[in-house]
Amino acid sequence: MAVMNVNPTRMELSNLKKKLVTAMRGHKLLKDKRDELMRQFLLLVRENKELRKKVEDGIRAASAHMAKAASVMSDEAVEVALMMPSQSMSVDVEEKNVMSVTVPVFKPEYKTAVDGEIYSYGYAFTSCDLDDAVKALSDIMPDMLRLAEVEKNCQLMAGEIERTRRRVNALEHVMIPQYQDTIKYITMKLDENERSNTTRLMKVKDMMLEKAHHYNYDG
Amino acid sequence: MVKKIATVGDRDSVQGFASIGLEVFFADEKQDAEKLLKRLAKEEYAVIYMTEKLASMIPQEIEKYTEAVTPAIILIPGVSGNTGDGMRNVSRFVEKAVGSDIIN
Repeated sequence: MAVMNVNPTRMELSNLKKKLVTAMRGHKLLKDKRDELMRQFLLLVRENKELRKKVEDGIRAASAHMAKAASVMSDEAVEVALMMPSQSMSVDVEEKNVMSVTVPVFKPEYKTAVDGEIYSYGYAFTSCDLDDAVKALSDIMPDMLRLAEVEKNCQLMAGEIERTRRRVNALEHVMIPQYQDTIKYITMKLDENERSNTTRLMKVKDMMLEKAHHYNYDG
Repeated sequence: MVKKIATVGDRDSVQGFASIGLEVFFADEKQDAEKLLKRLAKEEYAVIYMTEKLASMIPQEIEKYTEAVTPAIILIPGVSGNTGDGMRNVSRFVEKAVGSDIIN
């Protein structure tokens, strides 16, 4: 029994009853929010794992090519070859609201000097491993961006789910039982007062009867 | 809003990303990484790809951006190999949300 520290009056009772109704409704809504967030989160997190695996594999392959290229070319040559990229990338960031969580949506914007041209250098002085590395990275790029979006969404949603879960639990296990117990306490106290009032009246009646007519129940 | 994409890490790991049009920043030390991350977050970068090795040096700094919509800091394996931190991060989200890691 967790009874709040309140005066057992009718006013408190009606206030508490109103609060209990609000708490119950809030609890139901938050629980629905938590369930829906969880459903979406689980879908996203599966995609996140798959994408991450794919991207990590892709980057590993590209790094291997890159290492090979670096071993046959001088550092300067690699640097010069990559100095002026033929394409540039930026993202258009929009915000989306998923169950009151603001999440970003990334739309890639590619700018290429020549259509389909991903190599920023002539082929004469570079190793073909460099081409492979650039090709591998270029292929994995859309997935990398999608990974960024999905992973950020997962991160934000995980935080929100945690917060919502705490709120649901606080309502379910602390607030609502507390209100219920206090309401019960006040009702009992009021009933008790009522009974004691009735007995008092009966007693007073006896005393008055005795005084007026010398009449008493005992004899 | 159009924003930029950055890649941060040691030279060998990230210089390749320049070829596909990402902006590349080099950092090897903890202090450099911290400063760089602060600067990039303040500027218009929506996505920051960072090598796992570098990210493991500055966990608190990265933690600061978990609740922000941008930038998204995404761990990538470096040239020295995959430490598994990126995958562990995803598992951490699941643990945070569900209570235990239910997706393997």
